[in-house]
Amino acid sequence: MTEDTGTIPSEQPASAEPERFYVRFTLAQRYQHAILFTSFLGLAATGLPMRFSDNAAARAFASAVGGFGAILFFHKFCAIVLTLAFLYHLKDIATRVLVHKEKGLLWGPNSMVANWKDVKDIVGHIRWFLGLGPKPKFDRFAYWEKFDYWAVFWGMIVIGFSGYAMWFAPFFAHFLPGWALNAVLVVHGEEALLAILFIFSIHFVNTHLRPGSFPMDMVIFTGKETEEEFKKKRTLEYERLAKEGKLEARAGDKPVYWWVNFAKVIGFTAILIGLVLLVLTLIGYFGTP
Amino acid sequence: MKAERCKTKASGVGSGPVFLAGAIAVLLVGLCGVTRAQTDCLSCHADKTLQDASGNSVGVDGDKFHSSIHGSLSCSDCHTSIKEYPHPDKLEPVKCATCHADQAKAVGGSIHDGTSPHPCTSCHGDAHAIFPKDDPKSAVYPLNIPRTCGNCHANEALAKKYGLQNVYATYMDSIHGYAVSKEGLLVAANCMSCHGSHNILSHKDPKSTVSRANVPDTCGACHGGVKEEYLSGIHGKSLAEGNTKVPVCTDCHTAHAILQPTEASFRMQSTPICGSCHKDQLATYRDTFHSQLGLLGGYVETARCWDCHGAHGILPASDPASPVNQANLIKTCGRCHADANASFVKYQPHANPHNRKLNPALYFVRLFMNLLLWSVLSFFTLHTLLWFIRAKKEESKKGPAAEEKHD
Repeated sequence: MTEDTGTIPSEQPASAEPERFYVRFTLAQRYQHAILFTSFLGLAATGLPMRFSDNAAARAFASAVGGFGAILFFHKFCAIVLTLAFLYHLKDIATRVLVHKEKGLLWGPNSMVANWKDVKDIVGHIRWFLGLGPKPKFDRFAYWEKFDYWAVFWGMIVIGFSGYAMWFAPFFAHFLPGWALNAVLVVHGEEALLAILFIFSIHFVNTHLRPGSFPMDMVIFTGKETEEEFKKKRTLEYERLAKEGKLEARAGDKPVYWWVNFAKVIGFTAILIGLVLLVLTLIGYFGTP
Repeated sequence: MKAERCKTKASGVGSGPVFLAGAIAVLLVGLCGVTRAQTDCLSCHADKTLQDASGNSVGVDGDKFHSSIHGSLSCSDCHTSIKEYPHPDKLEPVKCATCHADQAKAVGGSIHDGTSPHPCTSCHGDAHAIFPKDDPKSAVYPLNIPRTCGNCHANEALAKKYGLQNVYATYMDSIHGYAVSKEGLLVAANCMSCHGSHNILSHKDPKSTVSRANVPDTCGACHGGVKEEYLSGIHGKSLAEGNTKVPVCTDCHTAHAILQPTEASFRMQSTPICGSCHKDQLATYRDTFHSQLGLLGGYVETARCWDCHGAHGILPASDPASPVNQANLIKTCGRCHADANASFVKYQPHANPHNRKLNPALYFVRLFMNLLLWSVLSFFTLHTLLWFIRAKKEESKKGPAAEEKHD
């Protein structure tokens, strides 16, 4: 990608130590996140009017974009895009595990799989919130990041399956019991509601809007973070890499300006749309008897 | 010439030939009897600007009157209080009932009894230009009826005074109004077709042609096939047993607007009509995809009540002829879902996720999903709030630059 062409000037005055950057996400991972959030925004924007179809704003939006037909078409389009991204992700995991034999992907500090340390971290973190203990040190993926990942993973399976079951109901009816045809809409709607409420409030605040990351954690867009940030947010990983002498292998170039600015525009737009949808969702949820 | 002679005779002025005999004379007198009075009166009343003491026009168009259905009558046949000339300024009102006793009696018992200025002319128009109802010049000719009734019923002030809806415009925009006003269709329903003419009663009166119990017969006078279908259905049978709470034609189709059932606006408005009685069914329908997409508009094909249950002859699901009978579901669902199969139609369009007895699986699925939603959100909302507060505290303690700074 273009931002890789931006390099840190090597001739820095000795007095000013150049800011060092480390790679956290690969380009493919960043693309997956971008496709995930754009299609998710599309799905949420078109799914919410259906879920709250007796809400005046939902109807106004639906009629503005061409009624239900247009809404469902766009919803299905985004669903296919997200499904493809999900399948790509599964393929990526499978390749890394089966072909590249990356055992660390399934267990250990580089894995998304939850472990005992995550449990201790939850307790420790909450104790710190309450002023009862020190702030825990986190490794590559903190427990709330793992939760975000698995919530999306589970959500895509649940929402995806129930969605396709409705889309191709006569086909799915061959092997689903009668009540399941009713249940899929409930499951689809409730899980989607959970996803929307979670992403647009919890994920936004935890990852982007909380002090320390406010207004936006750019690492998912640039793929890189400063050494200071790395050390502070993922202390254990930094220390582990430093100890193993693997820190240099993770070093990356400073992200170029235009890319950062471009990502900011995209990111803030996404957050803004998300927050608007969050408000509408809450109105829809609590405004409906 | 004859008229001249007659006039002379009638007024008793001059001394013309008095004695005439034989058949010719009788005939002449007979003929003159008609024209005599008219001509006498018209000598004054032909003046169209003629007014009585209270300023009402008393001018009469003689030619028009002559061609009207009453053209063969003499003025005094109706204006019976005029015995001599000059006649008094104030006359008794004309009593149409003298000849039209049945009609007068019907009007007398109707909602229009005592209509001013005159119960007959309000509808039949100018008293001196009344034509038979099959004459296009008649105010009560089928194509003229809406306008005639509209004289009063399109009047906002009048409608307000009597608490009536101003239905004239609604009717004129309807398929019936269109057929009458644009197509000139004599058989199309005009006001009279449904409400009757002389004997019009309030729809609240059980004897009215438009009372709930009578609506199917009234509409059925033209829509005979639909009426048969309706009477064979559960609503029609119940109505026949005296239950006027069941829907009649006008509940769904409305009385005056009569929308085309395939029109989006009709499809959009009809479900709540069924739901006004079938509340539980409407509530469970609202939970389904059918309703969700239907409410958003632009996709009016989505199943509404009658797409599955039928419209006029609705039968209980237990009836083998009902489209929602178990045996007919594949066909009924298949009207939209081309590949509907036996397992597909196990879907319950009125499942209630809140009813543990009727839909246990759905009940627990919903319960689980709700618990999941609320537990996850409650935990993380609290978690995030505490974190946020703590991080803010740390930030203010160390200064804003102390927290991670990056881009």
